[in-house]
Amino acid sequence: MNFALIGNQNSGKTTLFNQLTGSNQHVGNFPGVTVDKKEGTIIGHPDCTLVDLPGIYSLSPYTNEEIVTRDYLMSGEVDCIINILDATNIERNLYLTLQLIELQIPMVLAINMMDEMKANGGTIKINSFKDMIGVDCIPISAAKNEGISDLINCVIRVAKEKKQPARLDFCSGAVHRCIHGISTMIEDHAQAIHMPARFAASKLIEGDKPLEQQLKLTDNEIDLIEHSVKEMERECDMDREAAMADMRYTFIEKLCKDTVIRAHESKEYLRSVKIDEVLTGKYFAIPSFILIMAAVFYLTFGPVGSFLSDGFAAIIDSIVAFISQLLLDYGLNDVVYSLIVDGIFVGVSSVLSFLPVIVVLFFFLSILEDSGYMARVAFIMDKPLRKLGLSGKSFVPMLIGFGCSVPAIMSTRTLSSNRDRIMTILLTPFMSCTAKVPIYAVFSLAFFPDHAAQVMILLYTTGILVGIIVAFIMKSTIYKGEPIPFVMEMPNYRLPSPKSVLLLMWEKAKDFITRAFTIIFLGSIIIWFLQNFDLHLNQVADSADSILALIGQTISFIFKPLGFGDWRAATALISGFTAKESVVSSLAVLLQTTSDNLPAALGTLFTPVSAYSFLLFTLLYSPCIAAIAAAKREMGIKYTLVMIIMQCTIAWIVAFIFYQAAMLIL
Amino acid sequence: MTLDELEVGEEAIITAVNGEGALRRHLLGMGCIPKTKVQLHKVAPMKDPIEIRLRGYLLTLRVEDAKNIEVSKL
Repeated sequence: MNFALIGNQNSGKTTLFNQLTGSNQHVGNFPGVTVDKKEGTIIGHPDCTLVDLPGIYSLSPYTNEEIVTRDYLMSGEVDCIINILDATNIERNLYLTLQLIELQIPMVLAINMMDEMKANGGTIKINSFKDMIGVDCIPISAAKNEGISDLINCVIRVAKEKKQPARLDFCSGAVHRCIHGISTMIEDHAQAIHMPARFAASKLIEGDKPLEQQLKLTDNEIDLIEHSVKEMERECDMDREAAMADMRYTFIEKLCKDTVIRAHESKEYLRSVKIDEVLTGKYFAIPSFILIMAAVFYLTFGPVGSFLSDGFAAIIDSIVAFISQLLLDYGLNDVVYSLIVDGIFVGVSSVLSFLPVIVVLFFFLSILEDSGYMARVAFIMDKPLRKLGLSGKSFVPMLIGFGCSVPAIMSTRTLSSNRDRIMTILLTPFMSCTAKVPIYAVFSLAFFPDHAAQVMILLYTTGILVGIIVAFIMKSTIYKGEPIPFVMEMPNYRLPSPKSVLLLMWEKAKDFITRAFTIIFLGSIIIWFLQNFDLHLNQVADSADSILALIGQTISFIFKPLGFGDWRAATALISGFTAKESVVSSLAVLLQTTSDNLPAALGTLFTPVSAYSFLLFTLLYSPCIAAIAAAKREMGIKYTLVMIIMQCTIAWIVAFIFYQAAMLIL
Repeated sequence: MTLDELEVGEEAIITAVNGEGALRRHLLGMGCIPKTKVQLHKVAPMKDPIEIRLRGYLLTLRVEDAKNIEVSKL
């Protein structure tokens, strides 16, 4: 049997999903869109699968999440809907429920946080509530794992009996007449596409244009509907959308008045308000935000992260050493040995060394998200980001970009619209990541030994500035005029559930490892091949004879106007695709020197001006293969290619302007 | 008057929700409909967005969008 879990954001949906499925879950995408589709089998019921639908407030077809949810529910695959409601916020949660009822699919309401409501002196009279709404209800506490088995039993029973919601009419007066008139008129059309007539009628009244075509309505019918809606609007003295919302909320208010004993001001709410006096307060909001993010960064990229990274790298190194010794003892062919050890192991292990950082970062991020703090960040940072055409929620991913683009791109998943997600991903690589620091350091040492800090600051600010300019250009071209509604619920602070935090870490780690062994694996082999062979497919002794060097020679003319037309610079930049650090190590190899003597050797290749131009180019050009793979997963191949080409072009233009201007002045 | 003109802590009744499209529909769905009681709960440190309380929960919206919500003071 197939169940669908649906509910508002912050209703405890993810917690319930984790309680129901445990670790038997996997994440995919709904076809065509980057909306997560989490599926799992219910613990103890291997024949029952559960799909976690996105957290939404309404079934109107205006966001990807709503469309995906609607299409999935209408697909006929769902045997029973589990609609989770937050008891402490029941009115608004019921708005979605009333729309779900119109779908005429068997349904059970899981009324979450009943414990919290009771603790604050309120309750819901479940029996009369159930009679009035006509759907089975089970009070649960997802966080405390209470009522879960009752819920499962009820859902299975309702699904087996194919028990549809008992009540459909929540309306009265003019709205009632209008809905009934239209639903009778379009009944045949709706049946033809297996859509309940009542649901179709409501959506038509709300002005759902795509549905008119889907239902294959004639012009005459569309006119009649329009007429009947106009009539209703006049009688209610409200437009269609307001009239429908009003009809639903009028019923909800009546239902709550009869069956809900309101809690007094809950202690969770009062506690949240108190915390927010500091965290979103006039004077302390921004300092505390900086402090919290600094702590996250320090712990992730500082002692904890580097301890884990080093430990992890040591383990990988010893595994690699062990296997390579085995292969040597076995007497494996030299070329195959080099492929495995120098190509695959080196490539994949350099990427895998990111893993601890990603896991640690997502540990903190999921705590910030689940506790409710991310919503506060969006609240306090919305104003500056709005000028760029984004909302406050994009701030954190971009900030993480200063650490590493890979988790930054992965964390855009929580953004509310596709547009925001793509824009944020395209902008993230302009935030200079930590992997570029070794390049800046070596060049500063070689050319600007007394101004290393200034060079660093200048590069970081250039990245941010270019990012801002790009955002403005995107805002006034491809994303022109599209409004981004920012209407967001501010949830109470909650203690994050360890299970959810661990599951998210595991999910992101798994996601990253999968990519390390697919795209990045392939990329490593290609680069290894280019570095180790010449055009006649003979293995080369000197990397200067390799295909990679040849490519470097061929394209080096592109960099001539930027001041570094030498093939070795071009070759080092290409190797930077695998990981930015390799720019430094490649330069050392190509200049036939050790990394200690590299600063001195660089003097033969660059002047201070061309060195700075090279740094600007490295700052802005295409992100590394791990980031590219992450971007491809989040926004598809098309936008990823746009990203790569855009960044290389921008890098070239900026370096060109700098170099040519500097040559004129100096 | 409109929602953004309330002082922090002041309560009012929504009289009309203007504007159009996805934003308006979203506001209506979240329970911002005429005759609903709202309170201006907080203003962000940079003066925008604002946080309002209605139907027992907190909702954040931008000043620009709050101008579409007409209210009358209690």
